[in-house]
Formats: sequence, structure tokens, C-alpha cells
Amino acid sequence: MIAGRSRSSRILSNVGLYAAISLYLIFALFPIYWTLKIAVTPQSLLYSEGITLWPSQTTFENFGTVLRATDFPRYFMNSVVVSVTTALLVTVIATLAGYAMSRFAFRGKATLAILLLLTQTFPLVMVIPPIYRIMGQLGLINSLTGLIIIYTAFNTAFATFLMQSFFDGIPRDLEEAAMIDGCTRAQALRRVIVPLTLPGMGATLGFVFTAAWSELLFALMLISSDAQKTFAVGLLTFIGKFAVDWGQMMAASIMALIPVCIFFGFLQRYLVTGLTAGAVKG
Amino acid sequence: MASVTLDKVEKNYGAVQVLQQVDLQIADGEFVVLVGPSGCGKSTLLRMIAGLEEVSGGAIRIGERLVNDVAPKDRDIAMVFQSYALYPHMDVRKNMGFSLLLKKTEKSMVETRVGGAAKRLGLDTFLERLPRQLSGGQRQRVAMGRAIVRDPKVFLFDEPLSNLDAKLRVHMRTEIKALHQQLKTTSVYVTHDQTEAMTMADRIVVMHDGVVQQVGAPLDLYDKPVNMFVAGFIGSPGMNFVSATYAKAGNAILSDGQTLRLPDGLPIEEGAPLSVGLRPENIAITQQGGWRARVEVIEPLGLSTQFYVTLGEQLICVFAMGRPEVKVGQEILLTIDPAAVHLFDPETGRRIGA
Repeated sequence: MIAGRSRSSRILSNVGLYAAISLYLIFALFPIYWTLKIAVTPQSLLYSEGITLWPSQTTFENFGTVLRATDFPRYFMNSVVVSVTTALLVTVIATLAGYAMSRFAFRGKATLAILLLLTQTFPLVMVIPPIYRIMGQLGLINSLTGLIIIYTAFNTAFATFLMQSFFDGIPRDLEEAAMIDGCTRAQALRRVIVPLTLPGMGATLGFVFTAAWSELLFALMLISSDAQKTFAVGLLTFIGKFAVDWGQMMAASIMALIPVCIFFGFLQRYLVTGLTAGAVKG
Repeated sequence: MASVTLDKVEKNYGAVQVLQQVDLQIADGEFVVLVGPSGCGKSTLLRMIAGLEEVSGGAIRIGERLVNDVAPKDRDIAMVFQSYALYPHMDVRKNMGFSLLLKKTEKSMVETRVGGAAKRLGLDTFLERLPRQLSGGQRQRVAMGRAIVRDPKVFLFDEPLSNLDAKLRVHMRTEIKALHQQLKTTSVYVTHDQTEAMTMADRIVVMHDGVVQQVGAPLDLYDKPVNMFVAGFIGSPGMNFVSATYAKAGNAILSDGQTLRLPDGLPIEEGAPLSVGLRPENIAITQQGGWRARVEVIEPLGLSTQFYVTLGEQLICVFAMGRPEVKVGQEILLTIDPAAVHLFDPETGRRIGA
């Protein structure tokens, strides 16, 4: 009896768990589904069919138009350049800074940590005017380099804390053992610590890439020339004076999702945890 | 192989002094154990020899060479960590061969050395495994193997057996000792376990609060501890300390009025307080005469028995071979071998007399 009851209550709690997860997934993924639905709906059916879960006819015409007749491919490439460069730069800087924060005691460390934290506390809108002025003086308005510099600056703080926590999770004994085995500190970092931090670096890379990829505020403020627009800004070009071209806009949005998916698909194997299992203790 | 010389070595963290003027001469091929309670500075001292901690004062020499400012990698030492510190992303073969790889040793040579060490430690069938696929004992062996492969001047061990279960610990203790007898490499071994120290060491260094208390062969420390700390730390079950007063004619009077005959000619004034150190095995249960005591706890170990008895108001431990027929609550009589009595000044803790 007791066993039967505990079994049924276990099943019940499993059902509850899956129901909760399903609800969350539906809520989170529905906008993406709706984007896809509109992207494949022919222009003629968009308003005439009313609200349906799937159109009676589908078409890929919107995708074709976006690729052939708009500047979207260029925006897309601009975004790739900005996001990949930012992600790489931030990961390298945050890895080195995170390692220092995790392993060394140095003058002003606490102050530095507080200053880094401070950069995360105020709304970005507040800093746009001064940044616009600075970038103007430097001739970096309407420039992808300008965007990369800003994104790198604003993502480094968080990424540093993220990397620091990964380094904190790796026992010091390991690099000390490596240093006794014949490594310099730099060699110990490269040959022993970095291989173990790859999941962390992967997570940082993915996080920064996504942040840069979907950033709109700075891109909108600093970029006005068509040649330098990122896709997030580019999406706005589908909003015309008199009409919004929903089909093309959604098609472009779906295509913009692809690199993020590929990126995470590629990183997934680095995001497995437990790589350090077996390093210490039994 | 080489000797290790510590000359007035000091370590400070800011204003906190963790090691005071440590002088120690470790001979070539000697197995020296640093022992003491946690926080006594033994691990810090070992890490200073390894080059993992900076030296605040004094000099450390390996062989004739001053190594104070030499990087760990250039000291030609090997260290076994308490946590083993195996590289998780490398298999056993790579873990053991890593140091040789860094020295750009020829590949065939690396194979031979790793193979030899693996065979010696019974690891030959595990060479392709990752550390996480090994048991605690096997990981410990890999850590040992990594040290052996290098054929260093000095082996450093930082509580290498603390993470093993009791049975395996005893086994590995014997193995490490046997290994040292084969290789004869100078070894410095840190532990908080006095049994490990007694069983493995050529010489023991007892440390407390950053100060070396006594250096000597295991049995010398056992028989002639220089102070109450060493006396209490070395030996298990530990030495009993009974408070007493020195009376005329060479007697010690216990708090409850019972007396103990002491050797003549002790440099003590009449009426001075004493701490009488008695090893549990030097107290015997007798039928007549001696001290009266009451049995409180009996711990039968099969081969021997430990009794905890109250003598006056003090609880002391008595060790007897076999299984004496004694019950809890019983009044018994105890005799003490006067030659085995240790006397200490309760104020300074120092040994009195020879």
C-alpha cells in the first residue's frame, strides 16, 4: 500500500513537472513560432485569413525577396563581423582578467571589482549622449569598429565575473602541480587551466555573441549609413512610411536566428559540465 | 638526490608570523616527517621548499644551491598533493609523463620511464584511463608515479594519505616507506597523523604555532619529549598529565594526597607545582600498594585493553595487554614505573631533569 501510494505520488509529481516545463516552453517559444508562421504566409492571405494557427497556403517568397531585393545580406554580414569580433575580444580579455581576479591578490582588487560591478548598474540609455560625443570626436560614428569597441567595453565586466567563477571552480593545486612539473605560470594556464575552462569560455563566447547580435540601442544611435547597419537596425527598414512589410520582416528575423542556433549547436559540446571531475579527491 | 637546508626560515603574512626561525638540516636520502596540528605551519614550510610560497626571511638550500628565488620548475623537486592534483583532461600516461614532456625528453625515454613507474605501482593496465575513472587509491598511486618518473632531487609529500580510507592509508604508508627504501630519494613528508610520522620517518620534526618544538628519531621523541606539547602529541593513546606538587625527599604529591616516588637530585624547589607525564603503557594494574583509582570506561581492543580511570579528580588512560578482569565502577590499584615518569614544569611546559 505504502509503496503503491509513493509510486502514484511520484508519477503525479512527474506529470506536474512536465506540465510546468511544457507551459513555460509554449510561452517562451510561441513568439518564434508566430514569427515563422507569418514569414511563410503569402502576402495575400496575411490579413484575409484572420487569426489561424497555420496558413492554408505557405510560401518561401518572403525569404527570397529579403535575400535578393533588400540590403539584408549586408546587414547580416555586418552583424556577423561585429558579433564574432566582440565575442572573441571579450572572451580573451575576460579570461585573462577573470584569471587574475581569481588567483592573484593585488592592490586595488576590491575597488576594481566594485568599479566593474558599477558599469552594470546604470541604464545604458543614460550613457548614450556622452558615448555619442566621444565616438564623434574619435570619428567612430557610422563605423563597425566603434560598435565593437562599445560592445566589448560593456560586456567585459559581466564576462570577467563569469570567467572568474569558472576559474574559482578549478583547484589551485592543479596549476601548482603543473608549475612543479616544469611549467611557468603562463604555461600552466595554457596547458592545464585553459583546457579545463573551455566550457566556461564557450559559455562566455555564446553569451557575448548573443548579446552583441541582438543589440539595438547603440546600433540604432551610432549607425545611420546603410552600409554599416547591423541586422537589428536593418529590420526597421521593413517599416515603411505607410505600411509594415510583416512577411519580409519576419522572414529576415527567422534568418537572423540561424547563426545563433548554429553557434550554440557548435558550443554545446563545450558546455558540458563535470570536466574537472576526478582532478582532486576520491 | 640532495640535502635540504633550512636556515632561520621565516614566513609572515603581513603582520602575522606563521613560521619563526626554522632551522633544519635534512640529509641526503633522509625521510623527514613534519608533523603537528593543523595551522602549525608544516604545510607552509613544505610549500616554501617547493617554491609555492615566498620566503619572508632566512635561506632555503637544496644541495648547495640557494633556492629562495628559484621558480618551482627549476628546483628539481616533485610533490604529491593531498588532493592528488591530477590533470583531469589527461590520461594516466600523460599525467605521469607531463614533466618529461615539458623537459623535451625523448619519446622512447618517456615511454620507458612512465612504463617503469607504472609497473612498480601496479598501474600498467590503467595507463589509458582518465583520473575520473580511477578509485581514490589508484589516483594516489598516479600522483606518486608522476613524482617518481621525474627522478627528482627531493620528494615533497603534502598529507598524501589524508583522503584515503583507514585501511588503504595503512597499506599506502607501507608502500611509500618501501618505495623510499628502494629509491633512497630525500623526502619531506607533511602529516597531522603522529602514527604516520612514527612509522615512516627517519626523523620527525614536531611543529606547533609556527615553531619547531623538537627534531629527532621517532623513538627519541617518544622517550625524551622536550616539552608537554611533544609529549602529548607523540604516542597513541596520548600521554597522561597529572598535576602534583614537589615535596621533600623526592616525592610528588597528587591533588588527592597520594604520592609518587621520584628520582633523586631533581632541580626543583620544594612546593613547586609539577606536571607528571605518564604514558598509558607505563601504568600497571596491581593487587596491592600503589595508587587507588576508579574505572570509568573500558575500551577492549582484543589484543589489548584501554581503561580510563579517575585518579583524584583527573581522568587518565591506562593501557594493558590482554583482557584484565576489571569492571566499570571498580576501585583498582595502579603502580607506576618510576623510570618511565616524565616531569614537566606546568608553567613553561618544559621537561624537568633528564
